[in-house]
Amino acid sequence: MVAVRGLRKRFGRLDVLKGIDLRVPRGGAVALIGPSGSGKSTLLRCINLLDTPDAGSVRVGDRRLDFDGRRRLPPDREMAAFRARAGMVFQGFNLFPHMSVIDNVMSGPVVVKGVKRDVARPMALSLLDRVGLAGKAGDHPASLSGGQKQRVAIARALAMEPEVMLFDEATSALDPKLVGEVLAVIRDLARGGMTTVLVTHEMAFARDVADRVAFMRDGVVVEEGPARQVIEDPREPATRTFLGHFHGGRSAPAAP
Amino acid sequence: MHYEWDFGFLWQYRGLIGIGIAYTVGFTLLTSVLGFLAGAVIALGRIAGRPWMAAPLVALMEVFRCTPVLVQLVWIYYALPVLVGVELSPAAAAVITLSLYGGAFYAEIIRGGIRGVEPGQWDAGRALGMTRAKLMRSVVLPQALRRMVPPLVNQTILQLKNTSLVSTLAVPDLLYQGQLITSATYRPLEVYTMVAVVYFAILLPLTQLARLLETRPSRVAA
Repeated sequence: MVAVRGLRKRFGRLDVLKGIDLRVPRGGAVALIGPSGSGKSTLLRCINLLDTPDAGSVRVGDRRLDFDGRRRLPPDREMAAFRARAGMVFQGFNLFPHMSVIDNVMSGPVVVKGVKRDVARPMALSLLDRVGLAGKAGDHPASLSGGQKQRVAIARALAMEPEVMLFDEATSALDPKLVGEVLAVIRDLARGGMTTVLVTHEMAFARDVADRVAFMRDGVVVEEGPARQVIEDPREPATRTFLGHFHGGRSAPAAP
Repeated sequence: MHYEWDFGFLWQYRGLIGIGIAYTVGFTLLTSVLGFLAGAVIALGRIAGRPWMAAPLVALMEVFRCTPVLVQLVWIYYALPVLVGVELSPAAAAVITLSLYGGAFYAEIIRGGIRGVEPGQWDAGRALGMTRAKLMRSVVLPQALRRMVPPLVNQTILQLKNTSLVSTLAVPDLLYQGQLITSATYRPLEVYTMVAVVYFAILLPLTQLARLLETRPSRVAA
């Protein structure tokens, strides 16, 4: 479903990803954990081509793009079509401040797919209902709490009917009180069969929601395996050291 | 020092003055619109284009930003026709000069407005699958325009004042008509007072509008 092979990415002289292999089967949920600067977010952004890989290949569904640094990048239109197949949720929400909540959710279908507004609206409303925010359709993002903003952002990504959802530290910018409501939505999605890749510092959440966990450090996947095993009984010393900071998987959010 | 102020005679020149105002306002509107378009091309070329596209645009922009508009006006009227072999009417030379001069400044305003849109907004639009053009139209420009309005109004105020320079090419704007009336009546004090008052009366509402737009609380980023 999602397959990353030999993925490399460098920013200037900094090697951020040093050959990553990762597979997420259809309906699977993989959590990426690891210290800051380990390349988790960059890996997620490369899956969605927000950062362009230098080498390797990325497959989402039946479409695969290969990168080797020398070849020209695919044209803008093709990159955009590829990105449309993956939904992404950001740490900073990134809602469009000049649009109402419902227009945010409709923006993908209307702008990208050219769906008529009166067709997109009921679908957007049902998505807002699904994240518990049907009553906020006409509001502006600025009037929402962080947790509400993030739930709108999830609905906006879902409106594109993506084949995979990518969560980039979706709860790291939230007030601890508001983390739960967002995690609940992500959990429902993953349990409902949505293919999911999530970067998180919530170890308990990763263990509960993900089928598999990949521990990254310094641009490589150090250890990958069933979620419970990696988090509760890691094989690699580096994983053990990292998880030691979390006291065996507490649920409070860690510093990003 | 005693001077008998007498503005009454100006009434008989109301036709000339009206033409002058029409030229001044018309040139401002025309060269602001053309200048904004030129500025948009320069700004978007610099942001989205390849380096070989951006370099000549930047060069053109710097030439117009770093020379006085009066020098440009005279050069384009007298020197450009010699270079390209096409005769230019004073009005055409004035429109070209003021549009490009304004464009050079509008370009920086537009570029600044676009650059001021948070990177996360670009990420969000691209992640949804928007092409560059759709991202610009639906996400970036609506937010950038909001930031750009006060500096655009300010630049347009300068643009209106700069139209007074076209009088040197005998384009019958407000200042040129003032000069005509002065040479017919020998009453420059009243004439130039009137000219100043008319400019002021046109521009004061614009500056107030700019102030209003600047102080209006902008929406917090989501």
